[in-house]
Amino acid sequence: MALPDFLNNYWILLPEWMRLVVWTGIKIGMILLPVIICVAYLTYFERKAIGYFHSRKGPNRVGPWGLGQPWADVFKMLTKEIVIPAKSNNYLFIIAPVLAFAPAVAAWAVIPFSPTMTLANINAGLLYLLAMTSLGVYGVLIAGWASNSKYALLGAMRSAAQIVAYEIAMGFALVGVLMVSNSLNIGDIIEAQSGGITGWFMWPLFGLFVVYFISGVAETNRAPFDVAEGESEIVAGFHVEYGGFGFAVFFLAEYANMILISALTAIMFMGGWMSPFSETGPIGQYLLDIPFLGALLGDGFMWLALKTSFFLLLYLWFRATFPRYRYDQIMRLGWKVLIPVTIVWIFGEGIAIALGWKPWL
Amino acid sequence: MTFTAFLFYSFAAVTVAAAVNMITIRNPIFAALSLVLVFVSSAGLWLLMQAEFLGIVLVLVYVGAVMVMFLFVVMMLDINLEEMRAGFTGPYLWAGLLVAVIMAAELIFVLKGGNFIEVPTVLHPEGYSNTKELGSVLYTEHVYSFEIAAVILLVAIIAAIALTFRRRTGTKHQNISDQVKVQAKDRLKVIDMKSERKS
Repeated sequence: MALPDFLNNYWILLPEWMRLVVWTGIKIGMILLPVIICVAYLTYFERKAIGYFHSRKGPNRVGPWGLGQPWADVFKMLTKEIVIPAKSNNYLFIIAPVLAFAPAVAAWAVIPFSPTMTLANINAGLLYLLAMTSLGVYGVLIAGWASNSKYALLGAMRSAAQIVAYEIAMGFALVGVLMVSNSLNIGDIIEAQSGGITGWFMWPLFGLFVVYFISGVAETNRAPFDVAEGESEIVAGFHVEYGGFGFAVFFLAEYANMILISALTAIMFMGGWMSPFSETGPIGQYLLDIPFLGALLGDGFMWLALKTSFFLLLYLWFRATFPRYRYDQIMRLGWKVLIPVTIVWIFGEGIAIALGWKPWL
Repeated sequence: MTFTAFLFYSFAAVTVAAAVNMITIRNPIFAALSLVLVFVSSAGLWLLMQAEFLGIVLVLVYVGAVMVMFLFVVMMLDINLEEMRAGFTGPYLWAGLLVAVIMAAELIFVLKGGNFIEVPTVLHPEGYSNTKELGSVLYTEHVYSFEIAAVILLVAIIAAIALTFRRRTGTKHQNISDQVKVQAKDRLKVIDMKSERKS
């Protein structure tokens, strides 16, 4: 990257480690800002989509087609008074939303956005992702305890038990992926799915794919698994005492997690930035040679965006369709259905790999 | 001081401070959270030593699962802080002192023996996978001890469940498969009757 001369002079003056810090900071900003804007418009999209599911119009007052609605919401939230309950634990009460939000964005560090674009291409990327997604529960737990409210504590307990249960199924589903791809590096996992739509892991690992996405929905506390909030039973669950900015950060964390899980499902099972058309495939060999359209249909960021959006739509679709699970049903689904499915699937997969069957090679 | 050294000293300072905090603080929730901080910063130290697998697994297992369970239990306790502040006397004091003396003696014995050898940091070439190396050692050279450890863990899990599981009589529970299999005609009876009129 070429800088203007006067800036370049200053840049060279900086010590080595400071250049590293500044440059990493810029890269983090380049990921964080789009994620936050995506969150803002995901809320708009959610209200609009569920509106149409219900044959309503959804938000349509602020700006053309209601497009200004997220900004109106953001400014409303930020300018509201921050209320801290008198008997709460001040320090933990304030730090809880930050703890919920930080892992949700930290996980983006290892996501490859296109064949060449990754912030940190680390060896143990898959493990890092699992570790980061398992940290999100602390924000919920601490918020529930620090609020000093019965509803908040109940919500936190529900959420913690649920996340611990579904994390196991989620981890096992990813074990299946790493057995096939033979690597923990996210870039390598995507490379292993090359060869067009038939190369994607979602076909040989269909069961794990379904389990992973269901567990993802449960991990993010979204409908139909949103008993942690459960407004008809425990008001708003763990964030009942939060208003204004604190609530906004929790909201941001929840939606950032939704986008993250959708992107991960796309990466692990649908080839991430891989195009469904391969250069050697039956259609792809003609399609990719077309001058302008070919480049657009080839591998690239747009495919990841498209797949992620599809899973986000599924999230909203679930919310508009399914009634909320009862709590014991959630536990039963997690421990007695999803985990056995993953164990059996991994066992079968192991046999197939040992025998050298084609789809697993 | 290089950037790596700076990182090392910050992580080390956080680890030590959080560990001291964990022992001295009265509130069990804060103690558990301090322990979480100790784990996270020691994971950072391991990452600096290029042991990325161990570092991340420490966060994944201990922070992501074990400590969540800890917090879960501690939060449900009815904690009376006054009671915890009072009284550190009686037989517990002597037992505690005895353990402390034994531990201190052991530490001095180990530290005095000069068992510390300076190990030079090995810089691994690019493409070296810590995870792969660990796996190949674990599943070939140490496969028996690895499997014995796994069996011991399994036994512990079953024992924990067997010890706490009591079959209580008179509890109500649902039979899920019956609930799923139910048909409308089992629950609802439509009868045909003529309308009645009060005579």
